[in-house]
Amino acid sequence: MDAMLLEYLPILIFLGLATAISAIAVGASFIIARQRPDSAKASAYECGFDVFDDARGKFDVRFYLVAILFIIFDLEVAFLFPWAITLGKIGVFGFWSMMVFLAVLTVGFIYEWKVGALEWE
Amino acid sequence: MPIAEVPNLIPALPEIFMVTVAMALLMLGVFQREGDGAATVQTARWISYLGAITLMLALLLLLTVAGGRLVGFSGLFVSDSFAVFFKTLVLIGAAMAIVLSPAYLEHQGIARFEYVVLILFATTGMMVMISANDLISLYLGLEIQSLSLYVIAAFQRDDIRSAEAGLKYFVLGALASGMLLYGSSLVYGFAGTTNFDALAAVFHAGEGNAPALGVIVGIVFILAGMAFKVSAAPFHMWTPDVYEGAPTPFTAFFSVAPKIAALALLVRIMIGPFGELVDQWRQIVMFLSIASMVLGAFAAINQRNIKRMMAYSSIGHVGYALIGLAVGTEAGVQGIMVYMAIYLFMNLGAFACILGMRRGERMLENIGDLAGLSRTHPMLALAMAIFMFSMAGIPPLAGFFGKFYIFLAAIEAELYALAVIGVLASVVAAFYYLRIVKIMYFDQPAEPLNRPIGREIAAVLLASSLIIVFFFAYPAPILAAAAAASATLF
Repeated sequence: MDAMLLEYLPILIFLGLATAISAIAVGASFIIARQRPDSAKASAYECGFDVFDDARGKFDVRFYLVAILFIIFDLEVAFLFPWAITLGKIGVFGFWSMMVFLAVLTVGFIYEWKVGALEWE
Repeated sequence: MPIAEVPNLIPALPEIFMVTVAMALLMLGVFQREGDGAATVQTARWISYLGAITLMLALLLLLTVAGGRLVGFSGLFVSDSFAVFFKTLVLIGAAMAIVLSPAYLEHQGIARFEYVVLILFATTGMMVMISANDLISLYLGLEIQSLSLYVIAAFQRDDIRSAEAGLKYFVLGALASGMLLYGSSLVYGFAGTTNFDALAAVFHAGEGNAPALGVIVGIVFILAGMAFKVSAAPFHMWTPDVYEGAPTPFTAFFSVAPKIAALALLVRIMIGPFGELVDQWRQIVMFLSIASMVLGAFAAINQRNIKRMMAYSSIGHVGYALIGLAVGTEAGVQGIMVYMAIYLFMNLGAFACILGMRRGERMLENIGDLAGLSRTHPMLALAMAIFMFSMAGIPPLAGFFGKFYIFLAAIEAELYALAVIGVLASVVAAFYYLRIVKIMYFDQPAEPLNRPIGREIAAVLLASSLIIVFFFAYPAPILAAAAAASATLF
């Protein structure tokens, strides 16, 4: 147990250093620097213009949809890589497991296509 | 040479069947989609029937495959009589929820066939949970279940309460899953395995020594995560809002199937791998149990909305069931199984009554709207009275026997405090159950509700009230099945 914990010591040291350095950076600028805020300094800076509108604007829900679909197929590829590399070792069962996985994904894809989720307008 | 042998798929046949049919129904539904509103409603209706038939076929398949202890997928998945008992309950609950749904959904204008597919997926997830024999498959099943349920809760997209219910359920459910995962990782880190049988062996070997602190912290996190899923106090906050906001047939589904599945999982993991550590986790389960019973009893008193009241009532029922787990004996587990079997029919019946509360074009959800129901709808009032008496635990109705076996197990294990608090809490709870009976039978009738209430509702009401009323005459099948199933865990 101790030997195993010892392997994690660098991570603990790293965590400690990260906390200390970020605390110093934030704390020092708070303590040492002179702070004289005025309205020009405290307002949001947008390339010399006045701020156009709130940063939390609404945008179309379809962007989320595209992002989510992207993640699904991105993950699919992430699964395909290790599968492709070990295909020689995992045999027929490994091959068909992935085929079933792809078939399930395809069913989902057909559904979203037919439902019209891929049409922008 | 292939290193991965083909796993034994036989124990998981019902699940594989359900997933395949669910995907087939999804394709069928989406290719039927063209057409006007009436065609969509028609599609939704016949896909609902197909979904209910699928669940019954899965039940048949489950009972055919069952026999002894079947282990599949390299020990990740186990099918024993404990699993078969709970899967039967879950399948019946899901089928009844699907039967109740179409009429309500058509009335609300949200009859889309997708809900059937979602319920089928959620049910599959529950079955995987019940059969889980590894922390990994536990989490997998739990997520299949939860993700489908989040969507079902928000199924009425235009309704702000339904959307809020879905979001709340999602955020708190994700938090619970996170806690569960964190606990699992701690247990894995300190015990060195995720398999339930191997975990049991590890803790059995270390008997006598205090277990590592990390294991105990891990168990506490797992318990907290599972308490969210069974909605035991103090992790119950989401329950009333989700129950109130979700469309009523889905609330009926939430109140039985996921609860039964999560409770089965909780029992399996606590009695199985962590069975040796019962002294470590008993206090926690006792606290959850007492807190749930007391909260369920007192918080429901002030509710005006009957769905919220049922939410608190279900929290209370989970509290009673957890007594059986705190006892940790075979009698206790058998008590839980009988209790959940009876709870399934009581709750489905009560929600069928709630679905029958409609005046003109409006669904009613206030307790006051039941006033004088006995004069306008004598049969509906009688059925509701049966379920309320049964929930309050009045003999000779089935609810009494559920509580009886639980309290008996607690007394035998000399946990008198639990039994006494349980009885006291059920006295308090009887107040709000009986108040509904009083409103229905003795208050001046308000405007009458619509009639007829619908064939599906009537069928579910008839079936569940017959079971509740005549349980005492012929309890042997449920008792024997529960006894055999609980024996497999010890």
